[in-house]
Amino acid sequence: MKVLVAVKRVIDYNVKIRVKADNTGVETANVKMSMNPFDEIAVEEAIRMKEKGAATEIIAFSAGPAQCQETIRTALAMGADRGILVQTDAELQPLAVAKLLKAVVDKEQPGLVIVGKQAIDDDSNATGQMLAALLGWSQGTFANKLNVADGSIEVKREVDGGLENIKLKMPAVITTDLRLNEPRYASLPNIMKAKKKPIETLAPDALGVDVAPRLKVLKVEEPPKRKAGIKVKTVAELVDKLKNEAGVI
Amino acid sequence: MAVLVVAAHDNKSVRANVANAVAAATKLDSDVHVLVAGKDCGEAARSAAALQGVTKVLHVEDAAYANWLAEDIAPLVVKLAPNYSHVVMAADSVGKNVAPRVAALLDVGQVSEAIQIVSPDTFVRPIYAGNAMATVQSGDKVKVLTIRPTNFKAVGTGGSAPIEQIGGEGGKGLSSYVGAELSKSERPELTSAKIVVSGGRGMGSGENFKIIEALADKLGAGVGASRAAVDAGYVPNDYQVGQTGKVVAPDLYIAVGISGAIQHLAGMKDSKTIVAINKDEEAPIFQVADYGIVGDLFQIVPELTAAVGKK
Ligand SMILES: Cc1cc2nc3c(=O)[nH]c(=O)nc-3n(C[C@H](O)[C@H](O)[C@H](O)COP(=O)(O)OP(=O)(O)OC[C@H]3O[C@@H](n4cnc5c(N)ncnc54)[C@H](O)[C@@H]3O)c2cc1C
Ligand SMILES: Nc1ncnc2c1ncn2[C@@H]1O[C@H](COP(=O)(O)O)[C@@H](O)[C@H]1O
Repeated sequence: MKVLVAVKRVIDYNVKIRVKADNTGVETANVKMSMNPFDEIAVEEAIRMKEKGAATEIIAFSAGPAQCQETIRTALAMGADRGILVQTDAELQPLAVAKLLKAVVDKEQPGLVIVGKQAIDDDSNATGQMLAALLGWSQGTFANKLNVADGSIEVKREVDGGLENIKLKMPAVITTDLRLNEPRYASLPNIMKAKKKPIETLAPDALGVDVAPRLKVLKVEEPPKRKAGIKVKTVAELVDKLKNEAGVI
Repeated sequence: MAVLVVAAHDNKSVRANVANAVAAATKLDSDVHVLVAGKDCGEAARSAAALQGVTKVLHVEDAAYANWLAEDIAPLVVKLAPNYSHVVMAADSVGKNVAPRVAALLDVGQVSEAIQIVSPDTFVRPIYAGNAMATVQSGDKVKVLTIRPTNFKAVGTGGSAPIEQIGGEGGKGLSSYVGAELSKSERPELTSAKIVVSGGRGMGSGENFKIIEALADKLGAGVGASRAAVDAGYVPNDYQVGQTGKVVAPDLYIAVGISGAIQHLAGMKDSKTIVAINKDEEAPIFQVADYGIVGDLFQIVPELTAAVGKK
């Protein structure tokens, strides 16, 4: 079984985000970029499937500018076998990415697609569900544990009240939650080996996908700032403030 | 055109956040319908009919919808959607699972976690863990959105909208429900609690969370946690507050042994009053706290628990 994993290049989660002065977006120049953390979990899960013999080949997909090559290389260094870059400088929203992924799925026929539950830049939490819809496949979102059985996959999901178990017919789309696994670091020899692994580059047009955004971003602003309050010395003082100043207890 | 709110429920009543979703919907149009689909969910349909602002409830009885599998519920919503200008769901684990599937089947984009409705086609939503606010405009024929419940004041009850029975679409057989492992708790639910006490890595163990629970019980509060506390196995996953967990905005949020990473702040910085208890006076949590107290949580929390009960 082939497994397709999606890896998005995002601003590293440690970077302090700055909104551009002209309110068109956030500052990305000279900012550290990394693989979306949920996608590292997706890659790791695919590798573990391959190590257990449940997967035969892992394809890492990314859509975006040429620099997404680096994100794919990271996936290859972790253990993916080859990469597909859909290269475009256009702004990509989840529906467009889902359509690009669908076009690649139609070509490659994987048995499973694993994506992150959420990209930490747009925080949409939509692409995987959209892809499953477009393919008419089952979806296992916010996965905490996976178990590939014969022609089906058992998914333990993180839901509001705790955990939920469902069983999906394959092929399926999975979205990863934080507790699915702990992603490995790529070893130096594997980083070297990854340089020789192939990356195919495609254009959205060649896949017949219109990536035009459906949501027009009118402006991006700083959130209202919360100002720091005071430090209290004693518990008695705290209780007094909560009762008499804030009125919350 | 009317707005369709798709309601998650437990058969007895719709989830509390449906009242927030209805509140958001009434800002879009005065005609608000609520879809309640499931098996033996008549009581839940009646609870939806009682929400202020609801003009009609669509009640569907079909075993296929008993467990809210997105593969089955989405086609039902898609069939109804052409009669509506908007489809609205609360951004909880049901809404996040179902709404994007509906959007893609309709070939429209999704507005995720709207926090403000500027006009029927323009919405504000947080991006980058709430470090930026994007105002987005949708040109799609049907607008599919999830709303962040804490940003819309819940509508009250006392209404009596008509309930219309409609047929279901049956199951697709793509997925099946096996069971759930729900964390049992007598405490108020995290996202609607008036007071939340959360513990972080500083708690050191799951056993030590007992002191958080004792304080919570004294205050009638819900219990939350940072990702680090969940990852370490101190508490279940559904306790996680943050960018990729639950968003809360109680009157009082008490952060205990939590450093205040941006991913955590994203889930609680709209709380009315924030208290931080941390032994590191440099911890970023103090930058958002109204009242900070520097010291050992193992001393301060029991002391606070003893103090809050006193008149
Ligand atoms: C993709 C991604 C998503 C994430 N999503 C979330 C999310 O949704 N929610 C979330 O919370 N985090 C999230 N995180 C993690 C986040 O970046 C932080 O790692 C996490 O919030 C830290 O948790 P913490 O504050 O409990 O632990 P730490 O940062 O380790 O802080 C522990 C604090 O406890 C204090 N302390 C220790 N002992 C005591 C004591 N005896 N008395 C008083 N104080 C004490 C210390 O001074 C310290 O400040 C995410 C990270 C990533 C990469
Ligand atoms: N441009 C992209 N390239 C590759 N994968 C993507 C891209 N956008 C989204 N994804 C995948 O979809 C997941 C969810 O993203 P989102 O719906 O934007 O929150 C991410 O974790 C990725 O796995």
